Parts: sequence; structure tokens; C-alpha cells
Amino acid sequence: MEQPEPDIATSLQPPKPAAEPQAPPVPEPQAPLMPQPQAPSGPGSIVFDAERVSCYYGSFRAVTDVSLSVYENEITAFIGPSGCGKTTVLRTLNRMNDLVTGARVEGDVRYRGSSLYGKDVSPIAVRRRIGMVFQKPNPFPKSIYDNVAYGPRINGEHNRGRLDEIVERSLRQAALWEEVKDRLKASGLSLSGGQAQRLCIARTLAVEPDVVLMDEPCSALDPIATGAIEDLMRDIKQRYTIVIVTHNMQQATRVSDRTAFFSVLRNEESDTRTGVLVEYGRTQQIFEDPTDSRTEAYVTGQVG
Amino acid sequence: MTVVTGQQPNLREPKGWRRTKNRTATVLMVIAFILAVIPLVFVLITVVARGIKIISWQYLTSPIPPQVVPAGIGGIGPAILGTIEIVALATAMAVPLGVLGAIYLNEYGGKGVLARLIGFMADVMTGVPSIVMGLFIFSIWVLHFGFSGFAGALALGCLMLPVVIRSTDEMLKLVPNPLREGSYALGATKARVTLTVVLPAAIGGIVSGALLAIARAAGETAPLLFTILTVFTANRNPFSGPTTSIPSQIFANATSPYTGAQDRAWGAALTLVVIAFVLMIAARMVTARFTRYSR
Repeated sequence: MEQPEPDIATSLQPPKPAAEPQAPPVPEPQAPLMPQPQAPSGPGSIVFDAERVSCYYGSFRAVTDVSLSVYENEITAFIGPSGCGKTTVLRTLNRMNDLVTGARVEGDVRYRGSSLYGKDVSPIAVRRRIGMVFQKPNPFPKSIYDNVAYGPRINGEHNRGRLDEIVERSLRQAALWEEVKDRLKASGLSLSGGQAQRLCIARTLAVEPDVVLMDEPCSALDPIATGAIEDLMRDIKQRYTIVIVTHNMQQATRVSDRTAFFSVLRNEESDTRTGVLVEYGRTQQIFEDPTDSRTEAYVTGQVG
Repeated sequence: MTVVTGQQPNLREPKGWRRTKNRTATVLMVIAFILAVIPLVFVLITVVARGIKIISWQYLTSPIPPQVVPAGIGGIGPAILGTIEIVALATAMAVPLGVLGAIYLNEYGGKGVLARLIGFMADVMTGVPSIVMGLFIFSIWVLHFGFSGFAGALALGCLMLPVVIRSTDEMLKLVPNPLREGSYALGATKARVTLTVVLPAAIGGIVSGALLAIARAAGETAPLLFTILTVFTANRNPFSGPTTSIPSQIFANATSPYTGAQDRAWGAALTLVVIAFVLMIAARMVTARFTRYSR
């Protein structure tokens, strides 16, 4: 797949300083923060480069000082206990958190060199390149065909023949075509959970994004459907870059190339907690030879 | 493995205070339901029984005769025409405005001052007595431009507006947020999300809410007293001159001493009930039609 030049910002912003000037009056966690581990350099170019990213919901600091790089045509998994901010970090990567009132991001996320949170960046343009699959399948109350054709249509594609092609190609990529090809006019809500999730993946692939973000895409599915979606992730990673949040450590080892382990940092004095990135590296290293004791405790099942 | 020993377990609800409470509550609920239905059935039976005698095609289309004329001659044609004109104009004003207002409240306003103000005003307006609405239009419109069907439509529109805003608002709130996020994640703008996902998901409820507001407005008498004047002649132009409507005719004829006029009032009442009934059925059908993809 050819990589188009990113043109999300009409004028490319110079790298921004890590913190916004209007730093909020939030109690700083007193405990010393981890030195952020650097991911080993790998092949392929960097798609996302997060630098000291902190996310707030109102005055609550959900995630503190996360720095990591996501590489092209790889599957990057975010693991960690509940409330550690995996999903929050994922949602900063396509500015979904803009939709949450009171959500705010500090630090910088660079997508193929341009800052996602720059002044002239349109979240609409960002999300057209960086798609997202959600935890619960959320097909629109429309037909299967219209669900998949939704994205191309809002991007201005109305040619029936080309839409047919896109729908078939996307459903094939999502391994759903054979099951639904005879009932494309049926409601998207008539599908089973696993089929509905694959429909949502097909819907995301139909706009040919550069990156697909997946927020626990298999948590509502049985092992068979989960296996189908994992196969599909391995298939499509030749063409897409995938970031997946998962609670299932076996899933991370099965599909991901790199793994980021997040954890919750508690501060007893000010009674605050915040999510931090503990360790980030190749999946094999994280699971077999973790450098941080917390990672080791988590991946070996001693906690969580 | 348990061995059944002698006595079998008693699986019936035990006697006692709990069973008494349960049965008492059930009986009370049935009685309450019957009491609630009695007036409804009574009203319906009376209106149908007394109205059905007089209703005919001739009755529905003929001009309104003087009140002394016995039943069987003349009808309520001008009143039906007036009601259709006034309600159609009121709908054309109140429904688009109300739906757009609710969209603003739900999708755009957020928790802003303006959105909260509109929501609060809509609630207050719901509680305003309909006659006050009529007085309001009388003072700001009728005093300057005279009686007209349009003035009546303004009054009815003011009555319908808060109802439409509130019912649409409730329907939009029912649209699950993941649907909106799914659309945003494909790069849709807020307008797109609203037009292509939120409104289609809620349209059944919005339309049936609007139809119920129309049915309610069609039966209103008080706001029309000061705005259309209630005459007995046909007025095809809703924008100028006094006109009449079905509820106003019921009021004028039912209070008259002549039996012919009273019979015509019953016929008009039945006509109104049938109109309301048809609108309710239409609301149900619309809801069913638009929920085809949501099952």
C-alpha cells in the first residue's frame, strides 16, 4: 500500500514543547516516575511518536508522561490492569477523546512527523486516516451494505459500482463476505456478536485508513470469533498498522509484535492515582525477559 | 446425591403476611386499572353513539347552518377546513423548529448556558395553560393584524413547540453514544453524524412524538378563542379574516339551546376523536416502519 504524505495540518507545526502553558492545578504525583523505557529500534518507519503524553479528564490525571513509538505494519499491543489508561492513550491517537467533555492532552503525539494536537489539525481529517474499532460491536442501524459503505459515502464516493467493489473487498478482508454475501440488505443488527465486530472492522477498513486502533475488540466474543479476528489482524497487518488494547495476555503474545505494559501508580499522600507506561518492547522480551519487576509480576499472573 | 426421606418439599408460596400483601396489591392494581378505563370507555361510547347518527359525507362537507336548523341539514365543512389549515400551519412552524431545537440541545449545546436555558424554557412552556398562549398571541399579533387562521396557528404552534422539543430530546438521548463514536471514528463531521446516524436512529420516535403533539393541538379550543374568533362561514384564506375550527364549533354548538346544533356538536366531537385516532395509528405505523433496521 502506498503511503500518502500526511497532510493533516495545512501548515506543519514545529515540535511543540511538552507542556501547555496553562498547566492545571493538579496535584503532581509525588512518587518518582519511571524512567521511560525506549523501544528497541526496529525495521519500518515510525507511525506514532508519543512524547511525555499526559491525559486529563477534568482535574483527574488519567495517564502521566507516556512516551512510546508505534512502527509501521506492526501490531502493537497495550496491556495492563483496569484503570491504567490503555484505552485513554489509544483514544488520544485519533483524537477520539476530543468528544469527551473535559478531556485534555498534554505533551505531543506526532503522527508520521506531524503533531496530532497542532493548532490547525482537524480531528475529522485525523480520524479519516486513523480508524478505530470499539470494545462493543456498534453497527449502525442500517443494512450490512450501508454499514460498510458509510465511510466511503461520507468521503464523497457515490458511484454504485465502486461502492459495490469497496463493500465486497472490505467484507472479504474482514473474513465476513462468505457469511453475508447473500443478505447484504439485512440489518447490521441481525448479526451475531462476532459477525457484528467483523462488520465494524470491515466498516473501518472500507475507508482505507493508515492505522487501525482496536479497543479490546474481542472482549465480548467467544474463542472462535476471537480466533477469526486474530487471523484477520495478522492478514491485514501487511497493509495497515494496528494498535490493540487487550486484557488478554495470550492474545497479545499471539498477535502483537510489540507490547506496552501500563500500570497504575498510586500516591498515598495525595490519594491520587494515575496510569503510567511501565515497560515497552518486543512482545517476546516483555513476556519472557521483562526488565521491570511489575511487568514480570503481571505477565506471570502474580497480580491482576 | 440426596435421598428423599418421607416428606416431600412444599414448593407452594407459604401462607402468611407476605402472601396476603401480594394478593392485596394485585387486587388493588386490577381495581385501579378498571377505574381508569371506565371514563375512557364511557367517553368513547357516548361520543360514538351520539355522533355516528349524524355523520355522513354531506355532514362533513356542507356549510355550517344557523343553530336553529334541525340535524340532518348542513354540516361542519368549514370547521374541518379551518382545523386542517390551522393545524397544518402550526405543524409547519413548530415541528421543524422543535426538532432543530432538540438537536441543538442534545448534539451541539452540551452543558452550555444556552442549551440549559432552552431546556429550562421548554419545560416552563410545557406548563403554560393553553388559554394564556391564546392571550399572548392575541396581544402580540391579533391586536395588530386582526383575527386569522394564521394567528390560531401561531398559538397552537407555541403550544406544540415545547412538546416537540421534549419528545425529540428524549428520543435523541436514547441513541447510544457508541453509534456516534463509530461514525466519528470514520472521519465524519458532527453534522454528518447527526444527519446520517443520530436522526435515522431516532426518526421513528421523533415522528410519532410530533404526531402526538399534532393530535393534541388539533383538539385545543382555548388558544383559538382569541385568535380565530370562530365564525360560521367558510374562510379559505388562513392568513386573513376570522375562521373556524372543529373544537370551536363543538363549543359554540354544544352550548346552544337547539337540539339540531347539539347533534352537530356530537358529530364534530366524533370527527375530532377519529382524527386523533388516525394520527395515533399513523404514529404507531411510522414507528414500526422506521425501526425495521433496529431489531
